[in-house]
This record gives sequence, structure tokens and C-alpha cells, in this order.
Amino acid sequence: MSPSRTETSLLWLLRALAAIAGAITLLIVVFLLVEAWPALRSPGFTHFLSDEAWFPSSSTPQFNIAPMVAGTVAATLGAMLLATPLGIAAALFCRFYAPPALASGFRRLLELLAGIPSVVYGFWGLVVLTPLIRQWAPPGQSLLAAVLILSLMILPTIALLSETALRSIPRSYLQGAAALGLSRWRTISGVALPAARCGIASAIMLAAGRAIGETMAVLMVAGNIVQVPDSIFAPVRTLTANIALELGYAMGGHRAALFVSGLMLLVLIVVLVTLSDWIMREEIHG
Amino acid sequence: MIKKILKACCVVAISLLLVGCSGEQQEGAAADGLIGQLIVTGSSTIAPLAGEIAKRFEQEHPGTRIDVQSGGSSRGIADVRRGTADIGMVSRQLNPDEIDLVAYPIARDGVAVILHRDNPLQALSEDQIVAIYTGSVTRWSEIGGADAPITVVNKAEGRSTLELFLSHFKLRNEDIRPSVIIGDNQQGIRTVAADPNAIGYVSIGTAAFEVTRGTPIKALPMDAVEATLESVRNGSFPLSRPLHLVTLPEAGAGAGAARAESAALIQAFIEYAASSQVDDLTEAQYFVPLAH
Repeated sequence: MSPSRTETSLLWLLRALAAIAGAITLLIVVFLLVEAWPALRSPGFTHFLSDEAWFPSSSTPQFNIAPMVAGTVAATLGAMLLATPLGIAAALFCRFYAPPALASGFRRLLELLAGIPSVVYGFWGLVVLTPLIRQWAPPGQSLLAAVLILSLMILPTIALLSETALRSIPRSYLQGAAALGLSRWRTISGVALPAARCGIASAIMLAAGRAIGETMAVLMVAGNIVQVPDSIFAPVRTLTANIALELGYAMGGHRAALFVSGLMLLVLIVVLVTLSDWIMREEIHG
Repeated sequence: MIKKILKACCVVAISLLLVGCSGEQQEGAAADGLIGQLIVTGSSTIAPLAGEIAKRFEQEHPGTRIDVQSGGSSRGIADVRRGTADIGMVSRQLNPDEIDLVAYPIARDGVAVILHRDNPLQALSEDQIVAIYTGSVTRWSEIGGADAPITVVNKAEGRSTLELFLSHFKLRNEDIRPSVIIGDNQQGIRTVAADPNAIGYVSIGTAAFEVTRGTPIKALPMDAVEATLESVRNGSFPLSRPLHLVTLPEAGAGAGAARAESAALIQAFIEYAASSQVDDLTEAQYFVPLAH
């Protein structure tokens, strides 16, 4: 068998696998659209934004999902605001400040944190975190609890991926900085972070995707009331929690309405990916 | 080499497709003479249980197929009357205008209102529960409890416990002012167990199990009837309801061999669903099996 033939077969194998991956994604989108179609036709998409509330299986059904979009966005943004600085700080500590033994131990800990199943985070949040918050502002199950749990969950993603990005900076950059006599902080802020910014940005985006999609942990601590949160102590329901809460018992129009929440989730992810693409392009050209 | 791998991949892919397409068709003749298909429609509360029972029934009687569809108790009644379903599932007593059908109880469903064990209140009247859930009472001190805000725990839309709770108290879900919405019974138990100021409601099966396990909750009596499996089973507990399978009384009385065959199957399935052989399935759905 000549190398070129091996090459060709490999090429076709890879093409086939790529096509399968693409087709699966497309099929999921098509499936969502087909399942959501009855609800999009009647009551129609505007009802999902203009109805007064979310009572999909009442005798006069109402389908407003806007508060849940707001809940998802608020929880995700909050978690990113908290976890991004912490994650980058952890990565910097691991890469530039910690002695090697401590750094590797720290990495192991972060990996462990990343590996804990989300339902465990949720359970911990329910029995430890929400009672603490309740002492300030009942009922405790709230946007704040969701934000804190989500931050904890995406922190290792940001920290580990940022650390990898920092590690892959060419050694000569750092040596150059050292030769110029820059302090450690100047090296980090002037050389390391700018050089690793693309990797760090994609780490943040990946973490945001995980935060948007997280279901179980949020379901257990967020309180799940369908409302636009008026404070961080207000309970909220996210789109994912909505699907998980109601899908098992939903029929007909209610079921289709839940697929519309799935569709909205997909739209949020598309917006996120587009945004991150745009930021990356700006970074490269800017 | 690569070609071999490719071939293997193709074989795996094709066999996966084939497995996906081939339906499980059981054509084997039944030893006990039960063959044929039944259509069961009705209450979404009973449908999951009926589905599990049907699965086990089909396993024990190859050659039968029980098709369970949900759509509400009224649909079950309408379908049986129209003849589009053999058996209807009805999660309430039959109304006086429905006595043309025969109802067979297969289990009971009960809902217990639960509080944290440390809550000093030992009982609540129906009016107090309605006041709490509709938001006209928001602090325990207003009804003789501790000076603390009430955490009202409600169920997510579509749950049978929510449906029973609302219909018993003649409320609409829109009227309820919840502080927290939960999904399954377990989450309800955890939420109330973690919050001394919470009030919630769960299936009595779950509540009784958790109380015996020492979870810090208590199930409130209703109208002075204790919330126990026994009071649900004998029907004295107010917040409970029977789960029925209904059929036409003349099912099978009609002429023709095919008719008789399906009547035998209907009878066999109903007897099976009400027998102690499915108690474990009933309990797994948090319903209360009948006394056998």
C-alpha cells in the first residue's frame, strides 16, 4: 500500500467523520425546530415574549419565556464576572508565583474541582449555601446562589485553560522580559497576558458556554420562580432548568413550548459564539 | 490496513442503523392464549405507572402489546366511550354522568403538606393553607407561628401532585405566590428539610419514607386525619384520590371471537394492574398500592 493511498483513505475517513459531526449538529437543530413548530405556529412566537407570565398548561395558557432568558443571562454574566478574575489569578499564581511542587498540587486540586459532578455542586448549594444566604435574605434559593455555584463550577475551566495558554507562551518572550530587567508583575501584565490573551479569551467563552448550559446545579439552588430578578436575592428560573423541570410531564402545546425554550438556548449559544469569534478577530487584527 | 479500518467502521455504522430500524416485533404465540393489542389512554398521572405495568405485562405475555397514551382523565373517558381506546385512565372518582363506564381502582394517590420538624405549628386548616399559598399570609406569626417569613414551596407545572393540590383547594396555579418552585418530591423534601420556615407538599409515599428515615420534616394532618399511607389507602385522607382504569361494561359481551379475545385481554390487564404483582411499580411512582 503506497503512502499516498493511505493518505487518501485517511482523508476520506476524516471527511466522513467531520460530515457526521456536522450532520448531528444540524439534525439537532432540525429536531428542535420540528418539535417547537406547533408552538411557533400557534400561539405564535410573539406570545413567547409578550404574554404576561409562564403558565403553559393552564386553561388559558401563557408562554412568556423572556424572564427565563433574563435569568439565564443574569446567572451566566454574574458567574463570569466572579470566576474570570479568580480563574486568571489562579492561573497566574500557578504559572508565575507558586513553587513547582505547590503549583502541581494546585493544578491537581483544580482538576478535581472540574471533575465534580454538577449534581454534587447542586446538593452542596442546597444544603449549605442557600441556608447561609437565607439568613440574610429569605428564601435563600436565589440568583446569588446560582451565580456562586456556577462560578465555582466554571472557575476550574477558566483557570486550567488560562494556565495552559500562559504555559504555551514562547520561552524567549519571558527571557527577553527578564533580560530587560522587568519586574515579575511587569512581565505578566506587559508580556505574558497580552501574548496569551487569545487562549484566555477562549477559556472564558468555553466557561460561559458551560454556565449557560448548566442545569442540575442551578435547578437545585435558583428557586425556579419565573420572574425577571429585581435583586440578586430574588429566585430566578433559567431556560435549562425550565426544560428539566417540566419536560417529563409536558404534553401537546406545553411540550412544544419547552422546545421553544430549547431553541432560545441555542440562540443564546449562537450569540455567544459569534461574539467570541468577533472578539478574537478584533484581537488578531487590532 | 486503513481499508480494513474503514470497512470495520462501515460495518459498525450500518449495523447501528439496522438496530435502530428493526422494531421489536414479537410474533410468538402466547402460552396462555392472550394475544392482541390494547390501547390505554387518559390521565397523565397514571400514564407513567400504566406504562411500567404494560411493559411488565408484555414481558409476561409475549404476543400482547399495550399502547399507553396520556392526555387527561377526560380524554380517557371520551376515548373509551368512542371505542378508540380499550381502557381509560381516570385519576378521580367517576362523575354521576359517567356511570355508563366501569371503574377499577388500581392504586391511590395522596399529597401531604409538609413543614420543617422545628416549626411549632402542628396543624393548619385548609383556609390557612390557601391563605399561605395565595400570598395573603406571608409570615408565620400571622397564624401563630414563629416571627419569620414563610417560604412557600410550589411544584413545577405539569406534576400530578400540583394538580391534586390545586383541585383540592380549588386554586389556579396563577393564584399561587410561590417563593420557590421545585421539580420532584425529593427536591421538595430537601428544600423543606433545609429551611425551618418552609411549607411544601409532596406525595405521601415519599413523605412517609423520609420521616421514618429521620429527615427533619413533618407531614401535617388534614381535617384531623393523619397523613399516613393507611389513611390514603382507606380513602379517609382528604388530599387523596383514587387512580382508576375504566372500561365499557359490555367489553367482551359483544359477539365475535375477536371481541371475546380482546375482552379476555382487557380483563387480564386490569386484574394484573390491580394485583400485588405490581405493588413495587406503584410505590416507585410514589402512589399507594391497594390493600390486597
